[in-house]
Amino acid sequence: MEGAVADFGRSLYESTGINLTILYDEFDQKRFISGLGMTIYLSSLSLIFSLIIGIVGAWAQGSPSRVLRYSINGFITVFRNTPPLVQIFFFYFGLGAILPRVEDADGMMGPLFTNVQWAIFSLSLFAGAFNIEIFRSGIEAVPNSTKEAATALGYTRLGTYRHIVLPLAIRVCLPALNNNLVNLLKTTSLAYAIAVPEITYVSKQIWTDSQNVPTMMTLLLITYVSLVGVLVFVMNRWERSLAIPGYGQGGGK
Amino acid sequence: MSDAFASPGRPMAVLLPPRAPEPIGFPRLTWRHGLFFVVAAVLIASMATAQTPPAQPPASAAEALSTAPATPFSVIIKWSPLLLKGFAFNIVISIAAMTLGTVTGVILGLGQISVNPIVRKVSWFLTQFFRNSPWLVLLFFAMFMIPFQFNIFGVIMPFPDWVKAIIGFALPVMANVSELLRGAIRSIPNGQWEAATSLGFTRTQTIWQIVLPQCVKRMLPPWMNLYSLITMATVLASVVGVTEMLTLTAQVHAAEGGRPELFAPLYGFAGFCFFLYCYPIGKLTQRLERRFNVKT
Amino acid sequence: MATAPTADAAPAWTPDQPIVSVRDVHKSFGGFEVLKGVSMDVKKGEAICIIGPSGSGKSTLIRCINALVEVTKGSILVEGQEVNDPKLDQLALRRKVGMVFQQYNLFPHKTALQNVMMAPINVLKQDKREVEERARKLIAKVRLTGKENSYPGELSGGQQQRVAIARSLCMRPDVMLFDEVTAALDPETVKEVLVTIRELAEEGMTCILVTHEMKFARDVADHIYFTDKGVIVEHAPPAEFFDNAKDERTKTFLGQIL
Repeated sequence: MEGAVADFGRSLYESTGINLTILYDEFDQKRFISGLGMTIYLSSLSLIFSLIIGIVGAWAQGSPSRVLRYSINGFITVFRNTPPLVQIFFFYFGLGAILPRVEDADGMMGPLFTNVQWAIFSLSLFAGAFNIEIFRSGIEAVPNSTKEAATALGYTRLGTYRHIVLPLAIRVCLPALNNNLVNLLKTTSLAYAIAVPEITYVSKQIWTDSQNVPTMMTLLLITYVSLVGVLVFVMNRWERSLAIPGYGQGGGK
Repeated sequence: MSDAFASPGRPMAVLLPPRAPEPIGFPRLTWRHGLFFVVAAVLIASMATAQTPPAQPPASAAEALSTAPATPFSVIIKWSPLLLKGFAFNIVISIAAMTLGTVTGVILGLGQISVNPIVRKVSWFLTQFFRNSPWLVLLFFAMFMIPFQFNIFGVIMPFPDWVKAIIGFALPVMANVSELLRGAIRSIPNGQWEAATSLGFTRTQTIWQIVLPQCVKRMLPPWMNLYSLITMATVLASVVGVTEMLTLTAQVHAAEGGRPELFAPLYGFAGFCFFLYCYPIGKLTQRLERRFNVKT
Repeated sequence: MATAPTADAAPAWTPDQPIVSVRDVHKSFGGFEVLKGVSMDVKKGEAICIIGPSGSGKSTLIRCINALVEVTKGSILVEGQEVNDPKLDQLALRRKVGMVFQQYNLFPHKTALQNVMMAPINVLKQDKREVEERARKLIAKVRLTGKENSYPGELSGGQQQRVAIARSLCMRPDVMLFDEVTAALDPETVKEVLVTIRELAEEGMTCILVTHEMKFARDVADHIYFTDKGVIVEHAPPAEFFDNAKDERTKTFLGQIL
């Protein structure tokens, strides 16, 4: 470990009482970094899956099949109106307990899915339900006449969706999407409840072991706010790169 | 201004408001809603029964009788008074947190538009900080950072965990209300301020008598949405050891012998209770949103 | 489904037959009958104007021709092919029939050039370079050279409409449908669009136009159809139609307009 940082951490503790163990304690530092990594891992995978769910779901909502439309509406309604923590428990404890156990690499009988996988699964569904709604409102904002023009040019339903509707819808719903993805990032902290060693979980371990609650707590909050900041920055860059001259921006104001 | 996408006087075609929205829940409560609840209830119930494991080959008939496990459905029925009491506690927490958060949030929101730059900066910072932190972490924050009792003028005021939990939930509510208020105030046209000023209203009078009353309408739908979210978030209290519905659910599960197949029905029941409470709120919010959108 | 004879109506089409042949077409929306038995023939190279009061079914009729709207009853043949045949290759129809809309309907997220190039590349899977060459020529043809990289939002209504015409032409259609293409435009820009259409018609493109521009119809059309309340009231060459209308309804309409 770099001596300078560790020395700074120790002197900070001695002079101010701020005990940043992650600066000088190798063990704490390691688990904090792995926790941060786990939070980023959870967020990125759930984000990708939730976007896929959103796009596919919104597309299926426009399908001629009533059954499909109703099931998607049902899915959205249920996931929007039940606590995400209950969803995670339901999947991890409820479904996890029912699924068969499988032999792992070491020949031990283990659950089919790990808690990390369950967390990604339920977080993706949770955020996905919101994404479907968001994408749908974006798709509704694309006028029928534009879709009709695409049809007249020979585009199929899928082609129209891919080349015309989706690129426009994404631009319309980016602000709402932005919000939801920030929310997803924050919601990954719920994985704590099923012992996924993400950043909240490891921070709790660290402050329990090292008795530095206020310091770790503040650090944890700052970490989340920074992560959100990075995500918002990236999304804003994306939003700007997608901006079309003469379209949208300020049009609504 | 180019005549961009449409003829003059019309907004850009692509940004036209969505055509007459699908009549989602247009007739307030139809047979379809009823059907939905019934189906949901039946699903949970059937899931509960389906998950009863095949009875172990009993050594004797008598033993089979004595050890026959209760069906998950009967377990839920048996414990529902306790679980519902837990749920009621969740509701109490949510209302208290919402009240506290709204009051502080309005103060913080007004701070964000204060003429004093320091007040403005600090309010903005607090708002962003608490808005972008996970609710669970804020709950930890309240649980660990607030002492378990306060000594005010020699009177010892105890701070039990559930009070701290309420504060923990009020923090994100405060930040969100603050941001909502700022957005609503900004959306009031400048002309309103100018008109009020020209009529001799002071800034404070303008805010309280002209601007805020107009904000209430704009803020109501997102505020209700926030309430629904905070209600669902109250289950987080179980993570920090406050006894509420999920805590009780886990206890009931343990009391019933910790059978794994009981998990899904029990958590399903918890989810269902929240669904019954939050779904109407969500519907009402949507309805208000539509109505207000039409007018403005 | 449409009640069109399919199997027996497939003799090879030859260019001397009508390129578009509409036979007794009915169309209802809900209970409301918009088209009540419309028939017309359009020969290759002809320019046809359909005029009539709003709500008389003009737009519905030309939407039926490229199957954007399904007919309730009757038959529409385009180059001898039944449009309402459920087995019809819609793409084959759409590359034959181009359409320009009242609201231009350009894709706002693509530049003018990209709008013109998109469908041939995405739908017809044609070679990109070849399509681009063609698209640039078409943009020049509609007098928009220099605007290739502008987005629709940066163009005036008339310019957008000309891009839309180029976009349709890039599919190399045999028939062009124009649905009140100048109705949403400022008076000054109407002319530039009409000039473009007139050139097309003079070059021998088969054009079917729904329009309210009577002077234009008179100058450009080979034949005028007048519709009212879902039927074709009368049709004639322009000179005869405008100066010598026979039906009372036509006279009334022309009296109001001219």
